[in-house]
Amino acid sequence: MKFALASSPFGRKMFKTPDLMRLVILCLLPGIFVQWYVFGWGNLIQIIIAGLFAVITEAVIVAIRKRPVLPTIRDNSALLTGVLLGISLPPYTPWWITAIGIVFAILVAKHLYGGLGQNLFNPAMVAYVLLLISFPVHMTSWAPPEALMQHSVTLADAWSMITTGFSIDGYSLHQIKIAVDGTTMATPLDTLKTDLGHGLTASESMTKPIFGTFAGYGTEWVSFAFLVGGLVLLKQKAIGWQIPVSFIGGLFLFALIGYLGDPDASASPLLHLFSGATMFAAFFILTDPVTASTTVRGRIIFGLLIALLTYVIRTWGGYPDAVAFAVILANMCVPLIDYYTQPVVYGSKKA
Amino acid sequence: MSQLDDVSNDAQPSDNTKLAQTGLISSESKEIILQGLWKNNPGLVQLLGLCPLLAVSSTVINALGLAIATTAVLVLSNWIVSLVRNHVPKEIRIPIFVMIIASLVTCIELLMHAYTYDLYLSLGIFIPLIVTNCAIIGRAEAYASKNTPTLAALDGLMMGLGFSFVLLTLGAVREVLGSGTLFYGAQALFGNLFGDITVHVFTTESTFLFAVLPPGAFVVMGFLIAVKNIMDKKA
Repeated sequence: MKFALASSPFGRKMFKTPDLMRLVILCLLPGIFVQWYVFGWGNLIQIIIAGLFAVITEAVIVAIRKRPVLPTIRDNSALLTGVLLGISLPPYTPWWITAIGIVFAILVAKHLYGGLGQNLFNPAMVAYVLLLISFPVHMTSWAPPEALMQHSVTLADAWSMITTGFSIDGYSLHQIKIAVDGTTMATPLDTLKTDLGHGLTASESMTKPIFGTFAGYGTEWVSFAFLVGGLVLLKQKAIGWQIPVSFIGGLFLFALIGYLGDPDASASPLLHLFSGATMFAAFFILTDPVTASTTVRGRIIFGLLIALLTYVIRTWGGYPDAVAFAVILANMCVPLIDYYTQPVVYGSKKA
Repeated sequence: MSQLDDVSNDAQPSDNTKLAQTGLISSESKEIILQGLWKNNPGLVQLLGLCPLLAVSSTVINALGLAIATTAVLVLSNWIVSLVRNHVPKEIRIPIFVMIIASLVTCIELLMHAYTYDLYLSLGIFIPLIVTNCAIIGRAEAYASKNTPTLAALDGLMMGLGFSFVLLTLGAVREVLGSGTLFYGAQALFGNLFGDITVHVFTTESTFLFAVLPPGAFVVMGFLIAVKNIMDKKA
């Protein structure tokens, strides 16, 4: 009889890296599906482009570093980075922007730090921030949900938009962005911020067609789908509960305080939770085992810190969403958080 | 910024008895040239003066303007410090060096204000800030205050050229990456001597802002240092 011995932690399920990464990608599928249903083919193409470039870049760098190429590719971590970036980008971002972002993510954010397991920052978020500060115009050109669009965008249109910048019929992204009522659309968070700046109250702004039942039109369901996928991930014990719970709870709390303080001039807690990257990030970005805090108390602090930064940057910052910046800033604090939250070794302290 | 930290790792021009005097250049001068341009390059090895290096290297012409100004100050300050080195009380040498450097920088600033006004505007605060460039006080303290004027001036020139070389490379890489041009705005430095010599490497509607912004400077600088280390390893 053979007794298999394994080192700690003695989890009931032991994930190997490829299985874990595959599970995360599978749990992203509901979100990706709803995103496709609401916003069309754009992000699906982005995911394919980003995934492709991610795997190619990874292979090239690993070969340069004289490491085994195939096992590294098969661990799916580069593919996952690509998928995460593809989901985050505006749907009709030109392909070369996506390519620059993902090459930077794999080359600089991951391999220059020593490869998988050594990277200090979440590669997908580094790429997102790099692109956001480099190409602010493209990176804030969010298309409205398909149902609100004046021109419908087919798969061929989406492909043509991404590769050439124009749809099959020759519409530019700017024209595509025009909604049924003739106005160009931003994201719900952005719309609310702009309207508040123009002196409208929050409830006046929320009557615009871009808002849905309780958050952004369409985006609320995308967020919801990511929440479902995330819960599966949690159920499978692939991620711990601490980070998602503290992040979502923290953001809810901070938003509630702001909302109760001045309901006319602030986004409701529900809007904070179900728009932008909140749900997607809570389960799929923050929980990156490499760049997140590793101790139990540390993870709670990590989640709360990102929640606070996200709320502050969303409310008073200049960018439409804040999760990427918040994640990178919190990544920087992880060594410090881990240092101060080491669990006490049993017996070393008197009760 | 710790100007004086580099003194320890700063290779003194040793009495290279092994290297015989060859031709026109003495072995000591040879060593100075090698140290300044490559082995002990202020930008790539000593990592001194990073602030202006990273801040103004967004275009080649800006970089060239600062490179010329810094090199001029470095040569003159090294030379003057070396001239007065035997008359300066040891206890107050640093304030005296700083005053010498500050006066030189003021001269350079006034000259640039008079002759290259556009460049003066685009470099802004970084011209007066040459005073605080650690590479300059570092060389004054580490080399010029201990050596003869001729050698000190040569050391200043070589360190200045080494610094300029890094500055220009950084400027070129960032300008090409960022906006796809080279030598944009040459009139600011040369007047109408050459006219518009902008080279369009490629044209794009959207600039790659990251390369133009400070984080891009840090990343490109990191790559330059890596390239130097690889070259040293292979040699």
